[in-house]
Amino acid sequence: MSNIRKAFENGKAFIPFITCGDPDLDTTKAVVRAMAENGADLIELGIPFSDPTAEGPVIQGANLRALSGGVTTDKIFDMVVELREDVKLPMVFMTYANVVYSYGTERFLDRAAAIGMDGLILPDVPYEEKADFSGACRERGLDLISLIAPTSHERITMIAKEADGFIYCVSSLGVTGMRSEITTDVGAMVKLVKSVSDIPAAIGFGISNPETAAKMAAQSDGVIVGSAIVKLIEKYGRDAVPYVAQFVREMKAAISPD
Amino acid sequence: MAETRSRGRFGVHGGQYIPETLMNAVIELEEAYNHYKDDSQFQAELTELFNNYAGRPSRLYYAKKMTEDLGGAKIYLKREDLNHTGAHKINNVLGQTLLAKKMGKTRVIAETGAGQHGVAAATAAALMGMECEVFMGEEDTKRQALNVYKMRLLGATVHPVSSGTGTLKDAVSETMREWTNRIADTHYVLGSVMGPHPFPTIVRDFQAVISKEIKEQCLAAEGKLPDAVLACVGGGSNAIGAFYHFIEDEGVRLIGCEAAGRGVDTFETAATIATGRLGIFHGMKSYFCQDEYGQIAPVYSISAGLDYPGIGPEHAWLHDTGRAEYAAITDDEAVDAFEYLSRMEGIIPAIESAHAVAYARKLASQMGKDQVMVINISGRGDKDCAAIARYRGEDLHE
Repeated sequence: MSNIRKAFENGKAFIPFITCGDPDLDTTKAVVRAMAENGADLIELGIPFSDPTAEGPVIQGANLRALSGGVTTDKIFDMVVELREDVKLPMVFMTYANVVYSYGTERFLDRAAAIGMDGLILPDVPYEEKADFSGACRERGLDLISLIAPTSHERITMIAKEADGFIYCVSSLGVTGMRSEITTDVGAMVKLVKSVSDIPAAIGFGISNPETAAKMAAQSDGVIVGSAIVKLIEKYGRDAVPYVAQFVREMKAAISPD
Repeated sequence: MAETRSRGRFGVHGGQYIPETLMNAVIELEEAYNHYKDDSQFQAELTELFNNYAGRPSRLYYAKKMTEDLGGAKIYLKREDLNHTGAHKINNVLGQTLLAKKMGKTRVIAETGAGQHGVAAATAAALMGMECEVFMGEEDTKRQALNVYKMRLLGATVHPVSSGTGTLKDAVSETMREWTNRIADTHYVLGSVMGPHPFPTIVRDFQAVISKEIKEQCLAAEGKLPDAVLACVGGGSNAIGAFYHFIEDEGVRLIGCEAAGRGVDTFETAATIATGRLGIFHGMKSYFCQDEYGQIAPVYSISAGLDYPGIGPEHAWLHDTGRAEYAAITDDEAVDAFEYLSRMEGIIPAIESAHAVAYARKLASQMGKDQVMVINISGRGDKDCAAIARYRGEDLHE
């Protein structure tokens, strides 16, 4: 069983995302440790990309701040090495195809596996293009995470049958960012996944408060939260650690049954 | 490692690297296109629009003075600048908007660099009674203020894009984001032979009318095919349009002219073939200007229409196979050519097209007097006059 599956053994999984190097890698390290200590079950580490086409303004801003601060893929690899001395929970990279492809896909994945990463999320690599990355991921014991969207319909079962790790269920149309409500029938999407696979399904996009998180968790195996956390880092910068810690604690509590 | 061979490949290039949210939209588009491209009613409607609305066929004009001045190849200008809205962009836009209408879409969105594609999209939307929203880099809205007004005049909403470098690539990213936000009633009228499959193929097919006409017109005028066809390349739609029907005719040199900006040895360049390397961006695998970590480079050219860090996948493939050649032209050379064609032939070309004219000035004298060169004048230069005047130090503002 992949390490990622273990993230779903502790009740509903809480999966926070942050952009590495926003505003600097020391803050990222402190935030990751705080998230791990306060209830995160799996952490998504964003490697910034200059042109993140699936992101809304909040995470676009984080990408820009991180890159202007001089962060690179190699510096992020080095940061993970340090984190892995004490942070044991599963972690995946979330970035764009070109960051991996340009580095050399095999070289990137060799390094990611060697430093103890568990998987990879590439929002601009759909089912049709995954062969560029999926075989090479499997060879190294890394899970390439598949995404499904409200527009996927009949594609969901095709995608779920071949998915590794967990299914990233995109809750809404559009890009990442906080939303006042989620109108998609995500429960139906998750049911379609479960009809062909026992793979865990976590819901992301637009979840920013405990109420929505609880609602989404009730229909799935976990929730993914990015923009709401990045927003805290945008607001508090290097002083964001206690705010993120408290937010993660509240969110994990909200999705955990009494 | 095995490379994928998914749909829409040109060698290793192309593909569909887009969020899952958009996959069914591009599949639906491909199915609709495959149906209508062989539909005689659709083709008849499109030909009617081309001929009676856009003013096709565009002229193939013998540039006698230029030919004599350069003392080499016989030079013809393919006058896409004479099309309605002043550029080749209208060919693609009429095709895609008609297709969108047949698909039951009521709204089109588009990116634009120089504003030519945005104006063309707004024009087609007005004609066909569709809602239109155009995304344009904030920097470009300043460089091309008149085109912003034209789009509004035509009933479109223009959204200035301030993310990233505020130029064409950011406009493309923002239009893709908007498409993921609203798909059911919306078609993304992509302006060049780029993006995810099927766009590079659809746009090429609609622009291929250029080379179809050149072939007929050149045969009629000269009794033979041209020896060389030149066109400027950003994403590459006018170039692929000018090249397409000659790809099988190996005796015809196909030459794409990229924007070198301040030079290919500087960071202020947009010459993708000269300075880029293989990557994945904006839905496609192709060549991109990028740093060692795959971050897309902030490219530069005096021409807003060529100011893009990538190139269409079919051009990348034509480069790989050696079937087409790609040359880089600096701002200075393009501006000289802009002025040259204006004085020599009384034709003010778009600064984009002036890149092809600049290369023609280098190449013509190396060719024999019995040889024929065709330069695709992809657009007219009215939009550029104020910017070129400023480049020459004049205090002229629109």
